[in-house]
Amino acid sequence: MARLIVGLAAAVMMTATIPVSLPAQEAGHVKVARGVVEIERAGQKAPAAIGAAVQAGDVVTTGADGSVGITFLDNSLLSAGPNSVLAIDRFAFDSTTHQGGFESSLRKGTLAVVSGKLAKQSPEAMKVKTPAAVLGVRGTEFLVRTGDPKD
Amino acid sequence: MRRLAGLAALALLLLAGCAKPARNDLYVLLPGADGKTGALSVDSDGKQAVLDQPYAAARVKAPGQVEPGVVSEQEARQVFGAALAAQPGRPTSFILYFLEARDELTPDSRQLLRQVVDEIGRRPAPEIVVIGHTDRVGPVPYNDTLSLRRAERVRDELVKVGIPADRIRVEGRGEREPLVPTPDEVPEPRNRRVEISVR
Repeated sequence: MARLIVGLAAAVMMTATIPVSLPAQEAGHVKVARGVVEIERAGQKAPAAIGAAVQAGDVVTTGADGSVGITFLDNSLLSAGPNSVLAIDRFAFDSTTHQGGFESSLRKGTLAVVSGKLAKQSPEAMKVKTPAAVLGVRGTEFLVRTGDPKD
Repeated sequence: MRRLAGLAALALLLLAGCAKPARNDLYVLLPGADGKTGALSVDSDGKQAVLDQPYAAARVKAPGQVEPGVVSEQEARQVFGAALAAQPGRPTSFILYFLEARDELTPDSRQLLRQVVDEIGRRPAPEIVVIGHTDRVGPVPYNDTLSLRRAERVRDELVKVGIPADRIRVEGRGEREPLVPTPDEVPEPRNRRVEISVR
């Protein structure tokens, strides 16, 4: 019943509200962009320049000559090498308590990670997934390569 | 019939010989920049490896096949060179101190402010967070206001030298987060401060 009400409320809201531009739910910012770097958001792909905001839900891709470095709000640093696909699945960070969660997926390519305040506050807070594994992060720096050997 | 079985076995053998690993996943733990090495758990289809030494590695050739090992620093640099080269600058922070009950920097901290400006200037798309604090002299609401005023004062100084205001976030935490814990109403110069985070 509760679900039905929520569903109805959501439906009403969707039809009734005039689209407003809410401030973007920022998770981080691009600090380094070399070669082709794109951010896919809501089905739209756009080139990512230095300073571009990265949000939860975004998929960041690099071309054959591309690499990208992103600093997140909790001071986590993620940087990807060429031919990489990195999805930011979830990002929540309370800057006062340092609580929240950060989940990302490297679908292919290479990734270097320096974890930030989230992982420091709670060892469960940060996870990096690949198609073959889930990585649990306990305050650390690490490297990830994932992919089909034919790629 | 026997020949058929033989052929089937040969076919299987050939298939096995040709079977390439499904994946070339490699996970490597690095020593931390602060000298401490953390830990990383690698979970694949119920199989787990925990990496807790510098350059400890796990290879996954198919889901559920986790092979622990070690890579050399050189190999790590070779495989991950581009990703490592794209790593953003490490976030850093500064503490500036204030004169008692005022939003005026101490002379030493005024000098340090120049270093802060230089550091910000070196970074692409810099983000700055300025958090003001006070000691425990005076009522809590007074200190809330004073701490925010201190943070805003520093922001204004940064804006004056050309750093865009929209890159700077200010907060006041009052007397709640002393650097040096004291009883109430005790003057403590080290708590009259702003912390500036730059990333």
